[in-house]
Amino acid sequence: MNDMTPPSREERIESLKGMGSSRKRVEDARFTQGKGNYVDDIKMPGMLFGDFVRSPYAHARIKSIDSEAALAIPGVLAVLTAKDLEPLGLHWMPTLAGDKQMVLADGKVLFQGQEVAFVVATDRYAAADGCEAVVVDYEELPVVVDPFKALAEDAPVLREDLEGQTEGAHGPRRHHNHIFTWEAGEKEATEQVLDSAEVVAEEMVYYHRTHPCPLEPCGCVASMDKVNGKLTLYGTFQAPHAIRTVVSLISGIEEHNIRVVSPDIGGGFGNKVGAYPGYVCSVVASIVTGKPVKWIEDRMDNLMTTAFARDYWMKGKIAATKEGKITGLWCHTTADHGGFDACADPTKFPAGFMNICTGSYDIPTAYLAVDGVYTNKAPGGVAYRCSFRVTEAAYFIERMIEILAIELGMDAAELRRINFIKKEQFPYQSALGWEYDSGDYHTAWDKALKAVGYDDLRKEQAERVEAFNRGETRKLLGIGLTHFTEIVGAGPVKNCDILGLGMFDSCEIRIHPTGSAIARLGTISQGQGHATTFAQILASEIGLPADSITVEEGDTDTAPYGLGTYGSRSTPVAGAATAMAGRKIRAKAQMIAAYLLEVHDDDVEFDVDRFVVKGAPERFKTMKEIAFAAYNQAIPGIEPGLEAVSYYDPPNMTYPFGAYICVMEIDVDTGTHEIRQFYALDDCGTRINPMIIEGQVHGGLTEALAIAMGQEIAYDEMGNCKTGTLMDFFIPTAWETPNYTTDHTTTPSPHHPIGAKGVGESPNVGGVPAFSNAVHDAFRAFGLRQSHMPHDHWRIWKIANGLGLHG
Amino acid sequence: MGKQHYQINVNGEAKDVLAEPRELLIHTLREQLELTGPHIGCETSHCGACTVDIDGKSVKSCTVFTAQVAGKDITTIEGLGSPDGMHVLQEKFREHHGLQCGYCTPGMITRAHRLLQENPSPTEEEVRFGMAGNLCRCTGYQNIVKSILAAAAEMNAAKEAAE
Repeated sequence: MNDMTPPSREERIESLKGMGSSRKRVEDARFTQGKGNYVDDIKMPGMLFGDFVRSPYAHARIKSIDSEAALAIPGVLAVLTAKDLEPLGLHWMPTLAGDKQMVLADGKVLFQGQEVAFVVATDRYAAADGCEAVVVDYEELPVVVDPFKALAEDAPVLREDLEGQTEGAHGPRRHHNHIFTWEAGEKEATEQVLDSAEVVAEEMVYYHRTHPCPLEPCGCVASMDKVNGKLTLYGTFQAPHAIRTVVSLISGIEEHNIRVVSPDIGGGFGNKVGAYPGYVCSVVASIVTGKPVKWIEDRMDNLMTTAFARDYWMKGKIAATKEGKITGLWCHTTADHGGFDACADPTKFPAGFMNICTGSYDIPTAYLAVDGVYTNKAPGGVAYRCSFRVTEAAYFIERMIEILAIELGMDAAELRRINFIKKEQFPYQSALGWEYDSGDYHTAWDKALKAVGYDDLRKEQAERVEAFNRGETRKLLGIGLTHFTEIVGAGPVKNCDILGLGMFDSCEIRIHPTGSAIARLGTISQGQGHATTFAQILASEIGLPADSITVEEGDTDTAPYGLGTYGSRSTPVAGAATAMAGRKIRAKAQMIAAYLLEVHDDDVEFDVDRFVVKGAPERFKTMKEIAFAAYNQAIPGIEPGLEAVSYYDPPNMTYPFGAYICVMEIDVDTGTHEIRQFYALDDCGTRINPMIIEGQVHGGLTEALAIAMGQEIAYDEMGNCKTGTLMDFFIPTAWETPNYTTDHTTTPSPHHPIGAKGVGESPNVGGVPAFSNAVHDAFRAFGLRQSHMPHDHWRIWKIANGLGLHG
Repeated sequence: MGKQHYQINVNGEAKDVLAEPRELLIHTLREQLELTGPHIGCETSHCGACTVDIDGKSVKSCTVFTAQVAGKDITTIEGLGSPDGMHVLQEKFREHHGLQCGYCTPGMITRAHRLLQENPSPTEEEVRFGMAGNLCRCTGYQNIVKSILAAAAEMNAAKEAAE
């Protein structure tokens, strides 16, 4: 190419590395060199360490706490108990779900591992010594770990602080261990459909308790500067602004005197949304000592105390015609919330978006009720790599469809196909109250079935069953199908808030004179690559190269207010704010360009990286030129500078969907499995960075593999947590993890400025039922209807044994 | 508990440290020597985020005492490459999207570096087996495996070209 040839339009588009580009990540240079800055990397002069004395009992009264021996240990400076926090009103704190939670045990403990005292010391070893030396006298109380038993009339009263309170944060409480009942849909109409249905399939579907378990545990560094009255709080916060507001509300420190900083975060997956006692105690300890105080949980603390996920017992009934057309869906869920209701859900949704449980299907009549229950287990109930309770909903409906297929003697792929919401039905009003924005399920489904050679797989499976029956093989073949629909991007302020904070999000952009820029958002990346992808959205919107745009998040002193990153909300909400702020920049740039080109505003149009005079493409001003002009020209009627901010309140949620198929070999005698093939088709609307989307899908599927095939937070009858280390809590290694095949269709969201829907959580939402359905499907020919996850080797062996397959 | 004096060699430099006999190497590295590349993910040897190289072997520094490594040669992620000269593994992890949150990455790359010393031309299966001591919660490993195989190929090509 001749050097003098101006770049073509395509070359100009490519050089921006905007939307659709598999741009390499800007974060990676520092992460690959070990130069990330995570909270435990923070070191401040005089910094102290805090650690917790935790309860060994799941339910006990605290008779006394003796700190004398601990305080005698060199390096131990203070031992905080509920008595010390009480005068400050900080011995309890509000939860995100409208309940309250003990910061330090106030008279009793409600779960094993509960925080009893906070030891502050000069280093982490002294803090640990101090914890060992605190003497706590407990009186054991009867333990309830089963939510059904917790609702028995004579069940022990867990929350004595609520005794006699018949009204909770979400309506009436009908029992001393009952938290709320939440309903959606039409109860009577659904019962009528069930009564008169040709076919009804009924089943209890349990989605077991598990944990997000990011590789970096939770932690913080609190630093109270007593001279100027400012508190700085660094921490693993998925929602730094919300944390600032919460800290202000509960501590009484004015919000402008609090700076919350989320540095690099080593994975979140929902674990880092909530507010934990460690944060409150670190702040108090810093105020008391006048020194910065660091608290970092260890893995056992993490698995046993901060934010479990799921634990939903979902009783389902699904009605259909003999031909398989679904006529109604009924679901009653018993939700085990542990000792405190610390779910992270929008306020009006105590069971999250569980009412997306009609899934991808056109179900005319439906009813859902969820009962929240207290037990002697850790609090939490966070959305582990999903929008609020969406994995539970997707697992429920995708199991119910399989069970209905068994009941009808139908192929489960065909049953799905005849019940999908049709393309022309969008926007689709679901029976449980949502308006699905867009979808083309049949196209995705057919593409997926074709890609795996579905009909041949079924033939192979039938032959395998025959060979098994003839005694020629001991391996069965399972074909796990899933077509999921998510609801993400919370959400519209009219119905989505957390603690009264509307769930909008934000972006502020400053264009520098030389044509580079900084954008700040109210969200915070935990590995999703926001610094890379949000710059791409902007590059396409404002015509400056993504490489010239810095994206910054997580510092509440500089970033605009936003509700953070979880529930796949960053792209649907902050991504939209980014595009809208970019459009404000562009609108001003258009006026500047018109002035420079001496034409009317309407006579110039945007073209990739410049404004051109309509009909005269040789007359143009590049965005770089316009940026400089914004700072050096006195333009009549236009303020200097080129900045914009957008607070985006989404008009609706977005509804990503996908078709996943897992082909699994199962050894009947050992209960082991091998994933022969996993095909994942995702439709997340407009695709910003295909490389990052694929990475998100790989990761989400692997978390789904873990959950479906072995990962759980298990308790014994005494309330002992049996899965408190990575020895017991399953995380797949590279050895157990298969290779995945990814694919996509693209159905943009009609209401999102760039049509993007979000993707980070889809693979977990769709992956869990795909793996679980594969296990069930392998045993379908032998009469298996339902078996609870996780499907570890022992449980699969038990399925085979129970079906009489061991001779 | 009394502190004792130890000399360890870290990334080619002799370092004097004062540590209690019970101090874990990961804490000495991170808090005394300010080498915060290796991370703490479990403190029970399961996750591998703290992996360093000690005398030519991959070791999880959360379960070894600093006292045990006196006089030994330790390499951390900080010793593998620099901003001016990234190690080929660091480049390949970026190129093939072998990382997301970055928390496991220093341990992952440090382990991969040793794996490729032990077996310069591993198969995919050998990479998966050889990396099984390092957990990642974000990537599903597929791109990590791809990154390591690409690094092996490039390192082998460079070696051949040099011969």
